[in-house]
Amino acid sequence: MHNKAPRFYIARRGDILWYKAWGIRAIAIALALLLCGFITMAATGLDPIKVYVTMLDGNFGTSRRFWMLLQNMAILLCVSLALAPAFRMHFWNLGGDGQSLMGALGAAACMICIGDRIPNVLLIIIMIAVSISCGIIWAVIPAYFKARFGTNETLFTLMMNYVATQLVAFFVIIWEVPKGSGKIGIINQSTQAGWFPQIGTNKYLLNIIIVLFITVFIFIYMRYSKHGYELAVVGESEATARYAGIKINRVIIRTMALSGAICGITGLLLVGGTDHTLTTTIVAGRGFTGVMVAWLAKFNPFVMIATTFLLVFLERGSAEITTIFGLNQSFGDIITGIILFFILSSDFFLNYKITKTKTQKEAA
Amino acid sequence: MDAKTPVLGLSHLTKRFGKVVANEDVCLDVYEGEILALLGENGSGKTTLMNMISGIYFPDEGEIYFKGEPVVIASPKDAFSLGIGMIHQHFKLVDILSATENIILGMEEKPDLNKSADRIKAICEKYGFDIDPYKKIYEMSVSEKQTVEIVKVLYRGAQLLILDEPTAVLTPQETEKLFEVLRNMKKDGKSVIIITHKLQEVLDISDRVAILRKGRYICDVETASANVQELTDAMVGHSVSLNIERPEPVNPKKRIVVENLTVFDEEGVCKLKDVSFTAKSGEIIGIAGIAGNGQKELLEAIAGLQQVDSGHIYYIGDDKSRQELIGKDPLEIMDLGVSLSFVPEDRLGMGLVANMGLADNMMLRSFRKGNSVFTDRKRPRELAASIVERLEVNTPGIATMVRKLSGGNVQKVLVGREISTAPTVLLTAYAVRGLDINSSYTIYDLINQQKKAGVAVVYVGEDLDVLLELCDRILVLCDGQVSGLLDARETDKREVGYLMTNLRGEAHAQ
Repeated sequence: MHNKAPRFYIARRGDILWYKAWGIRAIAIALALLLCGFITMAATGLDPIKVYVTMLDGNFGTSRRFWMLLQNMAILLCVSLALAPAFRMHFWNLGGDGQSLMGALGAAACMICIGDRIPNVLLIIIMIAVSISCGIIWAVIPAYFKARFGTNETLFTLMMNYVATQLVAFFVIIWEVPKGSGKIGIINQSTQAGWFPQIGTNKYLLNIIIVLFITVFIFIYMRYSKHGYELAVVGESEATARYAGIKINRVIIRTMALSGAICGITGLLLVGGTDHTLTTTIVAGRGFTGVMVAWLAKFNPFVMIATTFLLVFLERGSAEITTIFGLNQSFGDIITGIILFFILSSDFFLNYKITKTKTQKEAA
Repeated sequence: MDAKTPVLGLSHLTKRFGKVVANEDVCLDVYEGEILALLGENGSGKTTLMNMISGIYFPDEGEIYFKGEPVVIASPKDAFSLGIGMIHQHFKLVDILSATENIILGMEEKPDLNKSADRIKAICEKYGFDIDPYKKIYEMSVSEKQTVEIVKVLYRGAQLLILDEPTAVLTPQETEKLFEVLRNMKKDGKSVIIITHKLQEVLDISDRVAILRKGRYICDVETASANVQELTDAMVGHSVSLNIERPEPVNPKKRIVVENLTVFDEEGVCKLKDVSFTAKSGEIIGIAGIAGNGQKELLEAIAGLQQVDSGHIYYIGDDKSRQELIGKDPLEIMDLGVSLSFVPEDRLGMGLVANMGLADNMMLRSFRKGNSVFTDRKRPRELAASIVERLEVNTPGIATMVRKLSGGNVQKVLVGREISTAPTVLLTAYAVRGLDINSSYTIYDLINQQKKAGVAVVYVGEDLDVLLELCDRILVLCDGQVSGLLDARETDKREVGYLMTNLRGEAHAQ
């Protein structure tokens, strides 16, 4: 029996040095850009360099574009931060969209129903409380059922998204302006009641600062607090949690309440801070993109800033190339997909290495 | 021996995982019709070496010879076609299939269940196995499952069998049966490599012993001329004392009183029935029994982790105060001021958080201390560092995830944490399971120190020799009931083994 020895084999790495790790990631991105370049040339005949420059331009070209980049990052990061503790607890909260939408609904309801009757400061305080409560309610319902009856949280949170969308659709019809338009339009355009104050002349700065605060808070909460320790233990093993005397049900509900609260804030920032309106698509699927952001960063809030940047940059860049070069919308998605694929697969090379087999002679 | 050609020859095998060298320059021969015992401490590279022979790992350097010819074993399939079969510690069987179906699973011949069953019966008869080819795996005991695994490799025509700690899950009687089968195989000209930590078994069954230490091949000796002390010294690399101390209990006082404890599991199966006993301070009470006869439920009931149907568990304080522990969770028991430490059977699944570092694991039971919303991170780090130093835990650092440590080191971390709280009661379940001899003796020492400090120790064990040497009294469980309470100084292995399989009444009747 004379088998040929395998030419290569795969072996698990020990700890990897940080510069090697970043080197591997850099190579992955470079390879992705190279492949995207070839595909661009083959499929569209465009100069790939020009395409990349346009992508950069779409994000950094003007100061308005740059602020839009930051604003989009802030909102996406906010949802992702909400998901991180739940995911660390191995509670697969796919309801970020619905929870944020409920927060937005709460904020819009306050602006529309009591906007003109009370002072602005009081209104904003009420909006904050209502949005957060709405988000919490939407998150705690599946958490309660999971804790009490062991229901599957993935399906439950997912379904709650649809319920939230329908609720918002219902209220949009009730509050539509003008009647029959099917849209709410800008709320309190004339009085600006419930609009968040601007810092200086920039409309987005306040949102960005708030989200940065939440980032630091979540980092400290997960890393240093007793709550954060408890939810990590519950996520790793329920048997261990029980052994340690941790009340698992309480931790599940508490963590999801936090998750829902931050989602509620996301909705609040969207309605009160930037859009000043309510639509069923206002959250724009960020509850799902946020899942990717959180996982890519392995739930580290500060690394999540980098992963949000990556995703928002790709999204805005692809939108720019589709308009400038008149390409099909899907082309941007293809480029985004390829780059993400390379980045995700670089993880494999961080954990494993491929070694060339020494021939029998060399070994002897 | 010189005249024979080896069935299997390993020449200068080296295997590294990252910076860790699992095997270095190992040379070893296995001859036809011999039983070779492979001996070494945890992490000495026994399993890695066997995995290279059976095609799971590919060596970095070195060559393997089969019947004198150099061969390449790149996959388990290659190993099988050479006639090398490995029986792993964790069985790889499909629960809902029958023994026959499992045995022929994945073979390329056309399946014919009846014909295969006949062949299986023939194999069983030849070597003295006892198995029903049509029985489903989920209906089988651990020992039967192991038999299926062994028949599986024989069915595929294995000439060389590798068994990785086969006796760890067996009762003494089952072990004896397994050894009988192995001797029959040897007579049939087959070669067997057996990995075990139990030195007495090595002396009972093997013809030759090969010793590995730190990934290197140390020596091999004819079993006939070997003794336990020599083997241990060669394995550890220095001389060790093999006597387990048993100090007389000093001033024993009742600590835990269990009365008529009855436990049903979630499916309504009776796990414990009417169990009563007392654990005293300064004493070690051993719990003997075949695995799964209620030991786990008993300890977990005391620790507040098991739903109890009836009975009482009292904690008796120094001032003779009685506190009922049933119906309280671990936190409420802690709040009563009862310092109860528990080393559970499932170390990484219950006692520790596998994906956390040593330091983070230290605060698992104490992180609530203090009013701050933040965890105290300094004390756990100091505790981790002191345990690493005192118990000689082999770890890259205190931030290393515990799942990356070897079995013995994981156990030292767990036991170290549990005794660091100065408990009054210490419950241990299979504290030395899977541990090598050196680590085992470290654990026995730690338990004895606790005993001397006046702790009431409950020691659930599987090695009867150790139970007899270490404990003061032995409670034997059979089928969830107490079948005997023995004075460990007076009784012997036979009596304990008998009570493990026969309830009191039957024992007297015979």
